[in-house]
Amino acid sequence: MGPETLESKQRAAVEEVLKAYPAKAAKNRAKHLGVGGPEDESQKTCGNVRSNKKTVPGVMSQRGCAYAGSKGVVWGPVKDMIHISHGPIGCGQYSRAGRRNYYIGTTGVDTFVTMNFSSDFQEKDIVFGGDKKLAVCLEEIDALFPLNNGISVQSECPIGLIGDDINATSKVYAKKSGKTIVPVNCEGFRGVSQSLGHHIANDTVRDYVFDAEVDTLGEPIEQTDYDVAIIGDYNIGGDAWSSRILLEEMGLRVVAQWSGDATLKEMAATPKVKLNLLHCYRSMNYISRHMEKEFGIPWMEYNFFGPTQTIKSLRKIASFFDESIQQKCEEVIAKYQPMVDGVINKYKPRLEGKQVMLFVGGLRPRHVIGAYEDLGMEVIGTGYEFAHDDDYKRTKDEIMRSTVIYDDVNEYELEAFVKKLQPDLVASGIKEKYVFQKMGLPYRQMHSWDYSGPYHGYDGFAIFAKDMDLAINSPVWAHTKAPWDKTEAEA
Amino acid sequence: MSELRQIAFYGKGGIGKSTTSQNTLASMAHYFDQNIMIVGCDPKADSTRLILHEKAQSTILQLAAEMGTVEDLELEDACKPGAGIFAPDAPGGWINCTESGGPEPGVGCAGRGVITAINFLEEEGAYEEEGLNFVSYDVLGDVVCGGFAMPIREGKAQEIYIVMSGEMMAMYAANNISKGILKYANTGGVRLAGLICNARMTDREYDLATALAKDLGTQMIHFVPRNNIVQHAELRRMTVVEYSPYSDQALEYKELARKIIKNDMKVIPTPLEMDDLEDLLMEFGLEEEADEDNVGKAAEA
Repeated sequence: MGPETLESKQRAAVEEVLKAYPAKAAKNRAKHLGVGGPEDESQKTCGNVRSNKKTVPGVMSQRGCAYAGSKGVVWGPVKDMIHISHGPIGCGQYSRAGRRNYYIGTTGVDTFVTMNFSSDFQEKDIVFGGDKKLAVCLEEIDALFPLNNGISVQSECPIGLIGDDINATSKVYAKKSGKTIVPVNCEGFRGVSQSLGHHIANDTVRDYVFDAEVDTLGEPIEQTDYDVAIIGDYNIGGDAWSSRILLEEMGLRVVAQWSGDATLKEMAATPKVKLNLLHCYRSMNYISRHMEKEFGIPWMEYNFFGPTQTIKSLRKIASFFDESIQQKCEEVIAKYQPMVDGVINKYKPRLEGKQVMLFVGGLRPRHVIGAYEDLGMEVIGTGYEFAHDDDYKRTKDEIMRSTVIYDDVNEYELEAFVKKLQPDLVASGIKEKYVFQKMGLPYRQMHSWDYSGPYHGYDGFAIFAKDMDLAINSPVWAHTKAPWDKTEAEA
Repeated sequence: MSELRQIAFYGKGGIGKSTTSQNTLASMAHYFDQNIMIVGCDPKADSTRLILHEKAQSTILQLAAEMGTVEDLELEDACKPGAGIFAPDAPGGWINCTESGGPEPGVGCAGRGVITAINFLEEEGAYEEEGLNFVSYDVLGDVVCGGFAMPIREGKAQEIYIVMSGEMMAMYAANNISKGILKYANTGGVRLAGLICNARMTDREYDLATALAKDLGTQMIHFVPRNNIVQHAELRRMTVVEYSPYSDQALEYKELARKIIKNDMKVIPTPLEMDDLEDLLMEFGLEEEADEDNVGKAAEA
């Protein structure tokens, strides 16, 4: 037997994990687990995993639903609109303010993101239909919150089951009030994950914001040659703000930010920008492609996690513009370099060689890899909750070495992989957090930055580095073993 | 006191379910002293009008919607005693009337409405009324979704009577309903108790109904002839039993009532495959063998 390579160890782990399943489930899950190699052209996707398929029944998935994709991700953060969770109260209440989409404004007066608006369906609304109730909700919202700039109606499951026509109700009220009313048919049972909800929500942006020629208050925005829009940044913990300043410092004008801290007016102005900067490809590629096709606006996916990727992205963005921008871009990079050096000098010695396993949604399973590597850490496993094949293709370019890839990983698999691969840090979502913390493993919740952030841009990197150090090098880990379980040396 | 029997009338829309069931139940009360509660499970709410002498009674769901929630509703508000000879203080059996009601056509979920209404009646103890012999469910059209199957689920109606006629679509519906019964028969104990042929006076109707009943493994419990007196009574919002108790038609319903009370033939149906049903219809000349060459061809000019 030759020396055991990392790749062979990883392949063995995948096989081992699959052994626990009955034949049919093993066959299904085998398609979603693999070992990805960088620049391996033989792999169709990273590790050849398949994705965007129905979850195996009986396993604990970390996925959300179409409603979560539309209300929780795409529409919810648009701050000057009110988003009605249309249906029984649970969906709205349990998704309220959970994602830390920061925004500027006076909540309840001109902005409404952290509030919960629900039509609170009762049995009679199911039996008799809820369209009349919805009409009343729309009226009441305008009476109570006159400064709202529009309303979206986010369908919960029962709306689709009883066949309520929210589109007709919305249309009638939009005509009557002259406001933007967006009906979104994002019933939770549609599709295999939140991903379809993103797509449905993107389509409603197209239909009700672009095509409808939204009536916005104030002066029209005058165009410049340096107008860009940030698409797919949800401003978690202020991410979009720490990204935006870099773009502004290099001479670009950010006219819109989707949808973290967004306004309807910004969104409506987006089809006139020169370049769309796409942060979360998975949730907003649809509308970016639409703007490319319909309005001829190019888009590029950028990555502001960690200085290496940030610099790469800044230069690529600058390349779309003239030399003045490119020059300022270099100035920006130079300006922040001492700060970057300071962060790396401080934290890299403490984190060097530490191994990380990721499992998140959207773009993070590939985008944060570079940030860890800037700190001398290695990502040995990664996977997406709801990605499609094109996400895994893009992942191939981001990994540095052989990496375990797990699509729609379930509770059992992630735990098994962690036990086998022994990472120093698990960085994943809210639901998995305590499993690993109770195992005595450092953990960072990378869904909404564990109540921290921002992590984007240079400012974000400093916080990111500090947080990872805090998790891994906390003195608490020295106390996870009971005194009677300790060896003499440990004691 | 004998054990409470729960029965249900199903059948194709427009077949005369509500008329047949009310006349039959009226006979059971009037001639055989049976105490009955009718549970109308049709958004049209026409299952009790002949007993109440009313256009339509206030429905459980309508009342619940007015009050806000079904929890606020009291049984007395939703359950009405029958009029005339069916009143509690009149001689003979009495009839209590409830209607589930439901949304206007095209909105909401009528099926969920049936579930809500039946749950309400159970929780409020409507089935525990002193002296109650029969609960009868009158259900719209076909078993189109889970809600309309509610009356045949566990602990509800044990005996199903399918109202049908010698027309093709009525036979299809009877077969479909049998499939619904079959689905719940093993888990819930519901049984098919017979076909009631509400005659349309089509060719060989009696023979056809008997043959279908045989194939389904049940009986054609009664052949109710067509008689205009039923319509005359309906104009006065009455059953024939009350309108003209000694008429031939009243005696037909009396006979059907007697058979239902004495009925002990309750089976798990054996619904037909589509092909077998077509064969049966062909055998009785209701359908012709399709000439494969002509399928899909328009009539010649």
